[in-house]
Amino acid sequence: MKEKVIVDNLHKSYGKLKVLNGINLSVNEGEVVCVIGPSGSGKSTFLRCLNRLETTTGGKIFIDGFEVTNKHTDINKIRENIGMVFQSFNLFSHLTVKKNIMLAPVDLKKMTREQAEKKAFELLKRVGLEDKADYYPHQLSGGQQQRVAIARALAMSPDVMLFDEPTSALDPEMVGEVLAVMKELASAGMTMIVVTHEMGFARDVADRVIFMDDGVILEEGKPKDLFSNPQKMRTIEFLNCVL
Amino acid sequence: MDFVRVFNQATPLLIQGVKMTIFISVVSLLIGMALGLFACLMGLSNSKILRCISGVYVWVIRGTPMIVQAFIVYFGFPQLIQLFNPSFRLDAYTAGVVTLSLNAGAYLSEIFRGGISAVNKGQVEAARSLGLNQTKTMIKVVLPQAFKVALPSMVNQFIITIKDTSILSVIGLADLVNKAKVYVGKSYQFFATYIMVALYYLAVISILMLFSRYLEKKINYERKSNS
Repeated sequence: MKEKVIVDNLHKSYGKLKVLNGINLSVNEGEVVCVIGPSGSGKSTFLRCLNRLETTTGGKIFIDGFEVTNKHTDINKIRENIGMVFQSFNLFSHLTVKKNIMLAPVDLKKMTREQAEKKAFELLKRVGLEDKADYYPHQLSGGQQQRVAIARALAMSPDVMLFDEPTSALDPEMVGEVLAVMKELASAGMTMIVVTHEMGFARDVADRVIFMDDGVILEEGKPKDLFSNPQKMRTIEFLNCVL
Repeated sequence: MDFVRVFNQATPLLIQGVKMTIFISVVSLLIGMALGLFACLMGLSNSKILRCISGVYVWVIRGTPMIVQAFIVYFGFPQLIQLFNPSFRLDAYTAGVVTLSLNAGAYLSEIFRGGISAVNKGQVEAARSLGLNQTKTMIKVVLPQAFKVALPSMVNQFIITIKDTSILSVIGLADLVNKAKVYVGKSYQFFATYIMVALYYLAVISILMLFSRYLEKKINYERKSNS
């Protein structure tokens, strides 16, 4: 199977504070990897390094064979193929749902306005919000906004999707609708890296679960192995708290 | 004091002045907006030199009175140029527009900067993560939202600039105040004339305020419709 994402000895520090201390990971095409771990373990920072929203201080990241960490790489081109979904949705508040989705494909000349509009409706249908096309983000619930955010990320037809705690800012009863969309995406073969606190989702959907602590990957494995038979003391402690 | 007579005599002159005041204000504000946006973006750029230029510009303009700036532009600057080109002349209109534009630009630059920094950082990250470069992110995502935040302060600056045109009457710009002075010089009708001048300013600025209120409502309405 083809390797989509390769992370080689990744380091990141803010001044003296070391956030990531040598992360090694490879993710295959179509694989769903969930990253779990306590707050401050560097999960989100790690994810944000993958599309260079954070600059790294050491190590290399390759996505689709392109070196993200190389200064000379055209990061904008690579980002077109990496969708990202944020904890706080970050929908463009001055644009309608439809225009949120159409902005990037039209502006980056990937599609004509008509094609992008058609795509927007397809995607909205996929996330179950085709009737909300002309709404502004603030008129939607958190769960709906996050589904739109997923549709927006999908509009560029990325082949890797990054999710940064996509359900952490949601009311409990809205978590399900977002996870359902993500589940559908996973079963459609999308390569996904998901930072999450939803252990149920990780157990059901992930091909592999990674436990991070103190800026390193402490333990990884198939969900059923990691959840039912964790090896490291720290993992056991963490799982005891959240399960 | 015959108010009606003063009104009839002064009106043609004052209307000329109002036209000049509006004309100078509009031109200066258009240039000032471009200048302000430019200075603001320079101030936010990665280049230390650009940031420095923008900072010095805003600092100097904000730190000196406009009347001094007008004297420097109108009297001082031509004297300097004439050392090299003795035939150089600068008329009061050009000097007035230059002074007002520089002035409005500096203040608007700060207003824009405030508007831009009020836009949530997540908006930028979302745009960048989709592959939009810095410039496109600025134009498509940040500026439209910053504009909404900055609109009330912008209108405030517009009002200040309109009123500041009156300061330029000291360099001989034939604005509303200047025309009023001319009329008062002949007629000695201080009270009636200057009340009329005040009412003209009030009318012009009220129109601007109504327009901005309409604009703010429209922006808000667009975002609140469909619900």
